[in-house]
Amino acid sequence: MRPAAVQTMVPLLSDGFGNPSGSHRLAREANQVLDEAREAVAQALGAEPGDIIFTGGGTEADNLAVFGATEALGQSVVCSATEHHAVLDPTEHLGGIVVPVGPDGLLDLDAFRSVLSETENVGLVSVMTVNNETGIIQSIDAVADVLNEHAPGALLHTDAVQALNWVDVATHCRAADLISVSAHKFGGPKGVGALVARDRARLTPRFHGGGQERGRRGGTQNVAGIAAMAVAATETVQNRETEMARVGELRDQMVQQIIEGIATSCGTSTIVTASASPTTANIANLCFEGIESEALLFLLEKNDVMASAASSCSSGALEPSHVLQAMGVPREFALGSLRLSLGHTSDQADVDAAVDAVVGAVTRLTERGS
Amino acid sequence: MAEILVALSGGVDSSVAAALLKREGHDVTTVTLKLWGGETDSGCCSVSDVEDARRVAQQLGVDHHVFNFGDDFEEHVVEPYVAAYAEGRVPNPCVECNRHIKFDKLFRRADALGFDLIATGHHARVIDVGDGTRRIGRGADPAKDQSYVLHMLGQDQLARLMLPVGEFTKDEVRELALELDLRTANKPDSQDVCFIERSPGRGDAGRRAFLGDRIPLRPAKIVDQSGAEVGAAPSIELVTVGQRKGLDLGGATERRYVVDIDHTTDTVTVGPFEDTLTARTEVPDLTWTNGAIDGELTVQCSAHGARRPATVTNTTIVWSEPQPRVALGQSVVLYLEDEVVGGGIAGEEHQP
Repeated sequence: MRPAAVQTMVPLLSDGFGNPSGSHRLAREANQVLDEAREAVAQALGAEPGDIIFTGGGTEADNLAVFGATEALGQSVVCSATEHHAVLDPTEHLGGIVVPVGPDGLLDLDAFRSVLSETENVGLVSVMTVNNETGIIQSIDAVADVLNEHAPGALLHTDAVQALNWVDVATHCRAADLISVSAHKFGGPKGVGALVARDRARLTPRFHGGGQERGRRGGTQNVAGIAAMAVAATETVQNRETEMARVGELRDQMVQQIIEGIATSCGTSTIVTASASPTTANIANLCFEGIESEALLFLLEKNDVMASAASSCSSGALEPSHVLQAMGVPREFALGSLRLSLGHTSDQADVDAAVDAVVGAVTRLTERGS
Repeated sequence: MAEILVALSGGVDSSVAAALLKREGHDVTTVTLKLWGGETDSGCCSVSDVEDARRVAQQLGVDHHVFNFGDDFEEHVVEPYVAAYAEGRVPNPCVECNRHIKFDKLFRRADALGFDLIATGHHARVIDVGDGTRRIGRGADPAKDQSYVLHMLGQDQLARLMLPVGEFTKDEVRELALELDLRTANKPDSQDVCFIERSPGRGDAGRRAFLGDRIPLRPAKIVDQSGAEVGAAPSIELVTVGQRKGLDLGGATERRYVVDIDHTTDTVTVGPFEDTLTARTEVPDLTWTNGAIDGELTVQCSAHGARRPATVTNTTIVWSEPQPRVALGQSVVLYLEDEVVGGGIAGEEHQP
């Protein structure tokens, strides 16, 4: 977490423990914290304070958007094939339509047009701003243009959970009616998030109860977490331009050195996923032919490099990536995928260590098999 | 001390295996294999088994990983299991899992990751023969002995394998687990085929449902040795040579056994016990652990089956006395006293 977010949070867990729904002084104080946080988050996301619904994280925000809008409209839902499971699973649960992406990872707009013209009553379309595995940035404006042409009544939701550090969400997502974010992705605490729901986005709540969040999300708000999220969001937006330049340079250098290192040491065929697509500055997604991600991650961890590949299921086992599959990455490469993420604390020494560890591990696994 | 990778299933045996090695001062890392099942919390490799394994590792203060070998398990265990039944053989999926997954895929993975040794919670022992070779020996608890399902291990694998609980009875293992306050101490033993959900009904309803989803099950008529029809079986694939129980013979009183299964005509023939006996059993892929052995051995043909005396000529088991025929596909394991000296899979029968 960002230090400023921690410092904001701690006193609110002890002295400022009031329930914002109450009416006495402690409650009013808590409510003021909430109001101020709401304004700060709204500003970071280019929304009005009244548009902000605080949630228990990104998954809840996504579920509230997909289920809430679909149920309120009584219509069907469409999403892209590379959505996070927090959107994909609700969409599939509701019998919605999944639109393919191209090899570049971007929504296939022709296929999207066909789906819209062939499907009646599309009420909600969900396309993520930044993909969590590849860092690919979708053009929300381009999606909205197609939507305005073929289904102007439909709402547009975007999962922007991965975006705030690296994309100007306020501008990039201006055409979206619904936007999900999650605090821990930008230096806030885990278990806190928000959904932007602009005027015309009517939602049926998922949690009925005390009428909090204008009746759209019952349940006492996590005041300390929300205040910390607001501080983290503000700081993130302020530092974004300089961080993007700094981290992007580190990332490009890291990828180049890994590619060169592997070419010299073992020659393992390597794909830089969607290298021609717009991506965020922090993520490098690489696929090594014939290498198994699990073995690779194990060796990297031994060298204190904590990386990921695809996504983990509830047992902790790695599952093959639905994102790489949707992009048509060959299976012998997709099984050897590696996601290296950099953040606001990453520096040159981290990148140097990561390059050595990745080249060493891929070389060892190429020579000894896994 | 050696770097050891311990395969932790989430059961009591492997928990204690890891604890014993840790107590001896080894550098222990644990791994649970995810072999089957999606996100549901049932059957083998369930989320709660993985949680048990993880908590045991945390208690012991050792690292815990999960390896997803689901694709390999499907290819080398589940598909051959189904194919075997479709072809009229009786497979042993535990043997195939050990052969292809635990003692091949996992060994190769461990090697690539730099581990010196691998340990599992099997009730069996690695015996040093003294000439530089090794064999699998029976575990200290005869009722829990698992040497049968490890018979295929070769010298390469035996040289890198540790079986710490093989020296203990199951009761002793549970006592050790209680002493160490491991949460798996009282966990029930696993049973049956791990990837088939145990059905509430009796008999082989679970297996029937599993196979029925994957292959067409063919009804068969049951005839006596004169050819007269005496009953019917719902699926010929699930009938085993030598079987007596579970046959619908329309209330016949004398004991009759399956003596022949003809998959070309979907006919099961029943007859008296004597006609289930054979003098020889063919094991076309028979291999010796560390060289062929002349003279009388004992031979075991199912996981907890009886041991019968026999000699071996090339790939033929010559029974000292006629024995019930071995279903095609079953593992035939050769023992010299309590040590595995060879084995293979029962093939086409040799009629006397």
